[in-house]
Amino acid sequence: MSNPTHLQYTKEHEWLAAAVDGVSTVGITAHAADALGDIVYVQLPAVGDTVTAGETCGELESTKSVSDLYSPATGEVTEVNQAVIDEPALVNSEPFEGGWLFKVRVEATDELLDADGYTAFTGA
Amino acid sequence: MSLRLTALDALHRSLGATMTDFAGWDMPLRYGSEREEHLAVRTRAGLFDLSHMGEITVSGPQAGELLDHALVGFISALGVLRARYTMICREDGGILDDLIVYRTAEDEYLVVANASNAQVVLDALTERAAGFDATVRDDRDAYALLAVQGPEANGILAKLTDADLPGLKYYALLPATVAGREVWLARTGYTGEDGFEVFCAPADAEHLWTALTEAGTAEGLVPCGLSCRDTLRLEAGMPLYGHELSTELTPFDAGLGRVVRFDKTTNGGEFVGRKALEEAAAQAESNPPRKLVGLVSEGKRVPRAEYAVVDAEGTVIGRITSGAPSPTLGKPIAIAYVDAAHAEPGTAVAVDVRGRAEPVEVVALPFYKRAR
Repeated sequence: MSNPTHLQYTKEHEWLAAAVDGVSTVGITAHAADALGDIVYVQLPAVGDTVTAGETCGELESTKSVSDLYSPATGEVTEVNQAVIDEPALVNSEPFEGGWLFKVRVEATDELLDADGYTAFTGA
Repeated sequence: MSLRLTALDALHRSLGATMTDFAGWDMPLRYGSEREEHLAVRTRAGLFDLSHMGEITVSGPQAGELLDHALVGFISALGVLRARYTMICREDGGILDDLIVYRTAEDEYLVVANASNAQVVLDALTERAAGFDATVRDDRDAYALLAVQGPEANGILAKLTDADLPGLKYYALLPATVAGREVWLARTGYTGEDGFEVFCAPADAEHLWTALTEAGTAEGLVPCGLSCRDTLRLEAGMPLYGHELSTELTPFDAGLGRVVRFDKTTNGGEFVGRKALEEAAAQAESNPPRKLVGLVSEGKRVPRAEYAVVDAEGTVIGRITSGAPSPTLGKPIAIAYVDAAHAEPGTAVAVDVRGRAEPVEVVALPFYKRAR
C-alpha cells in the first residue's frame, strides 16, 4: 500500500495529518500494521492527556508481539478512536482511514518525513 | 550465514508470504491474517510447509535397542507403522529435544526433531549408537514435509489417494501414493486438530502443495504459516522446545513424565538419563517444584514469554513460557511454570505485563480440545 502524500510520517511508523482548526489525526502506517500482523489490542492515551513528540503514549498488541506507540506531536489529546478500541483489526484493514488512533491539538512536532521520505526510509 | 530455503520457497513468495528466520530457515510466518489462518485450521483446513523439521533415519538389526538406550521412550515396543511422542535427555535428565518417532519398518525408524535441535539430536544419536548394530543417517535433505490440518483434512486427502484413511489411526503412518507421488503419510500434527503430515521428496513438494491446494479449495483450505502454528499448539496445550522445554528441565518438570518408560525391558532397562530421571520422578511425586499450568486472562493485554507471574502481594511465583491472544477463546492465554502452591485450577494470580499486574486464572491444560 502506498503512503498517502497528504500525511507526514515518523521513523517510528506513525502518521500525522495536516491540522484542522489546530487538531491533527494520528495513526500508524500500513507498513507498521503489516509488520505487526493481526492487531488484537490498542491502548491509547486518554482524552485530556498531554502527549509528547517522540515519547510513548500507548501500545499495540498483535498475535506475536507488543509495540509501543510513539506520539508524532506534542499537545493535548482531544479525541480517541473508539472504533479501533472496539475493533483493533481496523488498524490492519484501514490504517490510514478508519483505523486512525487519536487526535491531538498540535503544539510542536519533531522532524517529520513526507511520503516519499518515509517510503524511502522503509525501503519499499 | 545465509538462511536455508525449503523446496517450496518460490511458492511461498508467489503467495506473498511474510517470511521469518526460524532456526536458520527462511519460513513462512503468515500469508495473510494469522488469525484467519488459525480459524481455518479449527473449522476447515490449513496447509503448512514444515520442511525445516529435522528427519533422522535409524536402521539396522538393533535400531530399536539403540533408540531405547538413547531416548526416554520404549521405542522398540512400538508397532510397525506406528508413531510415538518422546524425548531425548542428557545424562542429568535435562531435555535435549522432544521428538516424534515413526516406526517405518521392522528395523527402521524415522526420528523427527525440532529444526533448532536437529544437529544436537543427530550428534547425540550418533554418539549413543556406539556398540549397537544400527546406523544413524542425517535425512534432513531427503525430505520435505507438508501438513494438512483441520476437520476437512481427511476429505481433502481422500481426493488424492487410495490409501486407507479410515484405517490410518492417530499416531500411525502409511507408505502412500498422494497425487501420484510416493510419500509417507502420517496422522500426526501439532495443532490439536485431526490432520496429516506428508513426508515427501523435496522434488515432489511443489507438485503436492499445488495438488493439495486445488483439492482443498472447495473445503476452504488456506496456506498457513508458523505464526498460527504457534497459537494452535498453544491452545492445544502442546509444549514448544525453548519455551516449555529446555536442558534445564526434565520431562517430570514439564508434567510429561509419562513419556519416560522406566519399564523398558531392553538393554537391561538402562537408558541415558535413567538415574537422574528416577530422582526427578520421586521429587515430582513428593515435593514438586514449579508446575506447568494454563493461565487465562479476562483482560486484553497479553501475557507473553518471560513475563513474571505474581501473587496478590506482588511476589514472583512463576514465569510465563508462552502467551498469545487466543483466536478460539477470544482472550489472552498463556502457559507458565508456577509454584505448586498456586498451581490448582481456579487459583487467582496475576501477570506482570510491563509493570502492571493483570489478573489471570489458573486453568488445566489444554485450553482447547476438539470434539471427537
